Amino acid sequence: MFQIRIHGRGGQGVVSASEMMSVAAFHNGRYSMSFPSFGSERMGAPVMAFVRIDDKEIELREPVLDPDLLIIQDPTLFHAIDVFSGLKDTGYVLINSRKTAEELGILDAVKHLPAGHVVSVPATDLALKHIKRPTPNTVLLGAATAMHSDLFEMASVEKAIMEIFPGKVGEMNVNAAKAAHDVIAASRQAH
Amino acid sequence: MLRQIDGSFAVAEAVALCRPEVVSCYPITPQTHIVEHLGELVKDGHLKGCEFINTESEFGAMSLCIGSSSAGARTYTATASQGLLFMMEAVYNASGMGLPIVMTLGNRAIGAPINIWNDQTDAMSARDAGWIQLFVESNQEAVDVHIQAFKLAEALSLPVMVCMDGFILTHSYTRIDMPTQEQVDSFLPPFVARQKLDPADPVSMGAMVGPEAFTEVRYLAHYKQLEALELIPKLAAEYDAIVGRDSGGLLKSHYEGDAETVVVTMGSVIGTMKEVLTPMRAEGTSIGAITVRSFRPFPKDEVYEALKNAKRVIVFEKALAVGLGGILSSNIRWALRGTATPVYSVIGGLGGRPITRPSLRTLFEKGVKDQLEETHFLDLNLDVVKRQIDREREQTGSGPAAENILRDIGALRAAKTA
Repeated sequence: MFQIRIHGRGGQGVVSASEMMSVAAFHNGRYSMSFPSFGSERMGAPVMAFVRIDDKEIELREPVLDPDLLIIQDPTLFHAIDVFSGLKDTGYVLINSRKTAEELGILDAVKHLPAGHVVSVPATDLALKHIKRPTPNTVLLGAATAMHSDLFEMASVEKAIMEIFPGKVGEMNVNAAKAAHDVIAASRQAH
Repeated sequence: MLRQIDGSFAVAEAVALCRPEVVSCYPITPQTHIVEHLGELVKDGHLKGCEFINTESEFGAMSLCIGSSSAGARTYTATASQGLLFMMEAVYNASGMGLPIVMTLGNRAIGAPINIWNDQTDAMSARDAGWIQLFVESNQEAVDVHIQAFKLAEALSLPVMVCMDGFILTHSYTRIDMPTQEQVDSFLPPFVARQKLDPADPVSMGAMVGPEAFTEVRYLAHYKQLEALELIPKLAAEYDAIVGRDSGGLLKSHYEGDAETVVVTMGSVIGTMKEVLTPMRAEGTSIGAITVRSFRPFPKDEVYEALKNAKRVIVFEKALAVGLGGILSSNIRWALRGTATPVYSVIGGLGGRPITRPSLRTLFEKGVKDQLEETHFLDLNLDVVKRQIDREREQTGSGPAAENILRDIGALRAAKTA
């Protein structure tokens, strides 16, 4: 079972991101479950959402306590809450930032992870460019797809985005996700 | 057809397949998405022949259901928590009048303190209201049991409440095998009302009944619920033969054979529990689990059969009868009356507190060694409670307990700085 925890703030599409991930995994023939952290969400408050992906039916309903992948939609959360709680030693971290882990001051928290497991992507910049709104969720979804092509394919992600956001909005989000996917896929090939 | 959708959306689609003629709506988290989606289905023409009506309150929503069901229309609504409390007078009237309304309850805590998260206190507040109460364990089961609920309600002319854990089920995206319209139509015939308001053939519904006949009318309600004990498994088997899945019924045994320790619970928490129990069994611990799927009527004979060989029973419930302890566990003790089997009552998951594998593992390990108190509170921070008791002892004007406790655990400061 592969477990994902998404951290962000109310209004950044954290819950939608988890839903799209679960739908994308479904389209790839996997079982998946997504659910939010069930707060009384308000704009700007810390929000969490969870995704589990497996080859068999998932019945576990506890919050994701030991994630394989952490997605940080808002790097100011590093100073507010312990986003790294329970992260597996083999885990991955995907951060919405132009800065590296060192520049973000989180090197101590991630230095034990294998090389290439901590990835920054300027998701808000890419969102503003492609969607004209600072919602980084689908950009990060595209980046996560490049990091975990065994879990999702870009075609499934596109289908999931269009299901949740039909029409023009979906198309803009697909373009944003593709852009992030291509950036990360190219950099991983280069390594 | 397989789909990846959230629990609320799935229930709305399932209800639409049952061809309701009236849906009354008043929003309250976590069920709002269900009636919202039904509204969409009516508006876009997918659900034909259905009146979708927004009401001014939950009391209005249930009163409207009473009216439409009395007029012979297949009727549905949904609510949760304080919403159920606000409609409670009409809830009793619906069952007292024998109206086959189906209502989803997106289980949620009841305030004060204000809390929008999941537990099952709301359902417990209506346990004696005369409604059939069915608890579901997954979104797939929610879909399947709603379809069975209409047939059950209409066969008995009694209202049915389908209880599904709020957020944990309503807000989770999972894989759903949605039955086809043909499958549902072959199971659920059009509604023929046992009683109907008709100007051409006037009757009085909700008549005043004095001491001379009130006991008999109430006994009849009890008798009909006991009839449901036979009908619920029959309908579950009939439905499952059509779709090829296990769902509904009175109770579910999750492991083969007898076990020394048996865990009893209701709703979605069984999923997480199995992640703990299956490894414990593999390590050689004799422990099993059953879920009560029909809480009202309460299948006491079936519960007795399932538990009669157990050395001990651990009842896990997401509700608290303040001043007594467990509610489900009190019912289980009734089923086991005359035996010496210890029944431990465990209260957990109140107000949405996560129920985790490590906590359950510790709980069950204590349980199999008879090291639990009669009423045990999972993950209770007793120090926090003791400090508040001390404050109240030292100071008459110690202030609101809820706020004091939030300040004590640092939650107020954390909310300001995040």
